[in-house]
Amino acid sequence: MSETRAKSLLKVDDIHVYYGSIHAIKGISFEVNEGEIVTLIGANGAGKSTTLNTVSGLLRPRSGLISFEGKSIVGIGASKVVGLGMALCPEGRRVFQQMTVRENLEMGGFSRPGEEIPQSLENVFTRFPRLKEREKQVAGTLSGGEQQMLAMGRALMSKPKLLMLDEPSMGLAPILVEQIFDIIKELHASGTTILLVEQNAQMALSVADRAYVLGTGKITISGPAEAVLADDRVRAAYLGG
Amino acid sequence: MVSFLRFLINGISLGSVYAIIALGYTMVYGIAKMLNFAHGDVIMVGAYIAFCAMQYLGLPPLVAVLAAMVFCTVLGMVIEGLAYRPLRQATKLAVLITAIGVSYLLQNTALLIWSSNPKVFPSVFNIGTIRLFDGNLVISSETILTIVANIVIMIALTLFTGRTKMGKAMRAVSEDRGAAELMGINVNRTISLTFAIGSALAAIAGVLLCSAYPTLQPTTGSMPGIKAFTAAVFGGIGSIPGAMIGGLLLGIIEILGKAYISTELGDALVFAVLIVVLLFKPAGLLGKPMREKV
Repeated sequence: MSETRAKSLLKVDDIHVYYGSIHAIKGISFEVNEGEIVTLIGANGAGKSTTLNTVSGLLRPRSGLISFEGKSIVGIGASKVVGLGMALCPEGRRVFQQMTVRENLEMGGFSRPGEEIPQSLENVFTRFPRLKEREKQVAGTLSGGEQQMLAMGRALMSKPKLLMLDEPSMGLAPILVEQIFDIIKELHASGTTILLVEQNAQMALSVADRAYVLGTGKITISGPAEAVLADDRVRAAYLGG
Repeated sequence: MVSFLRFLINGISLGSVYAIIALGYTMVYGIAKMLNFAHGDVIMVGAYIAFCAMQYLGLPPLVAVLAAMVFCTVLGMVIEGLAYRPLRQATKLAVLITAIGVSYLLQNTALLIWSSNPKVFPSVFNIGTIRLFDGNLVISSETILTIVANIVIMIALTLFTGRTKMGKAMRAVSEDRGAAELMGINVNRTISLTFAIGSALAAIAGVLLCSAYPTLQPTTGSMPGIKAFTAAVFGGIGSIPGAMIGGLLLGIIEILGKAYISTELGDALVFAVLIVVLLFKPAGLLGKPMREKV
């Protein structure tokens, strides 16, 4: 983990993001090192999704630096960011409802050479056998849990070094939440670095190495996950006790 | 009976032209989420280019059609890049007004170059006729060619959007632009490609239209453009098979209406049917009801 002086993968330095005149992100800095699970937690509207959307290139920061593997990625746009090895599994899953499961996965591998796609499809199907069963089904007909798996599988198709997950447990039954977090742990064990945004702070902190707590556009607390979990302010605000 | 068949075939032929134009509307709407009201005028430009290529340069019809397609493809991409792309984040109304502006620009440029005197479009594909029922039913080669062209285009587009990587990317962009971008799909390039395809089809439609109704003037594209737009809405805007069905039905209704009800009311009838369909199926015949995003 971080003590072994791991290589920094993603570095976000003092970014400011605006929606029109609304100052949504007011100078956030954080870092994700290779092999870590880092989580951003915080209340609704704190700016968690905005942060991920900015890192992935969907939004452009007004100021600040974002670098991936030492290279600046500000302003290059989301469609190029994914090719560098960073994939965002967006909030609300956003699978292509009218396309089949297989087509959705193929789109996930859009940035990669065609000959690598069959192998990646195979890998995703091994990890999510349920998707294999529903390969030809239109994604809109899948259940919420299956759609979440599809969204994660789709993000994995680009073979990301850093996988960003935005609220993967949103709207899912508790048993499915458990399943999704098991998958996150498996992905981590197989070497994928993960940046996880969650409202379910308890679950997120239980799998993460380090955590940042966001409060209205600013990082208020940060540190190793166990320390954040034990922090009184966090317990009071996000863990109901 | 024979006359009914004749009207029906004419209707299918006219409907095929509407369908080909409607494809341009529907694809652009589906992917760029805008109504490109200049689309009808691209048809007119295509017809003029083909006309000039044949009349002044003496090129064979097929080469003239290809030249028109190439010209319109470039024109479509230039229009998109210069007029619509800067408005990607603007309100829909701003884009709509721009499209109407582009439409006027094309018409008036054509007026400057070719004047308002109608040109008589040469009979391009006159390679004989088919006579049925002892010569009572005559089907011209233009009619057959139009119908065949429509079928070929439809099959090609279905294969393109269903099987190819770029075609699937188009569908992804049409469903969720942001998510498509996250996949690594270049949205601008995809929209540009859509305009290219739509405009190339408009060139074909222009030549087919003027082969059947050989008067070519700067406003030639307006009415067919509006009817094809109606056809696209009728079939369910955004849907490729919808454009096909909408176009064909509209052509048939128009010709039969003019033949059996009233020549003057033929166009009115077309729009009346549209209104009735939209009352019962607001998303069009094959349109999917809008889903609210969670």
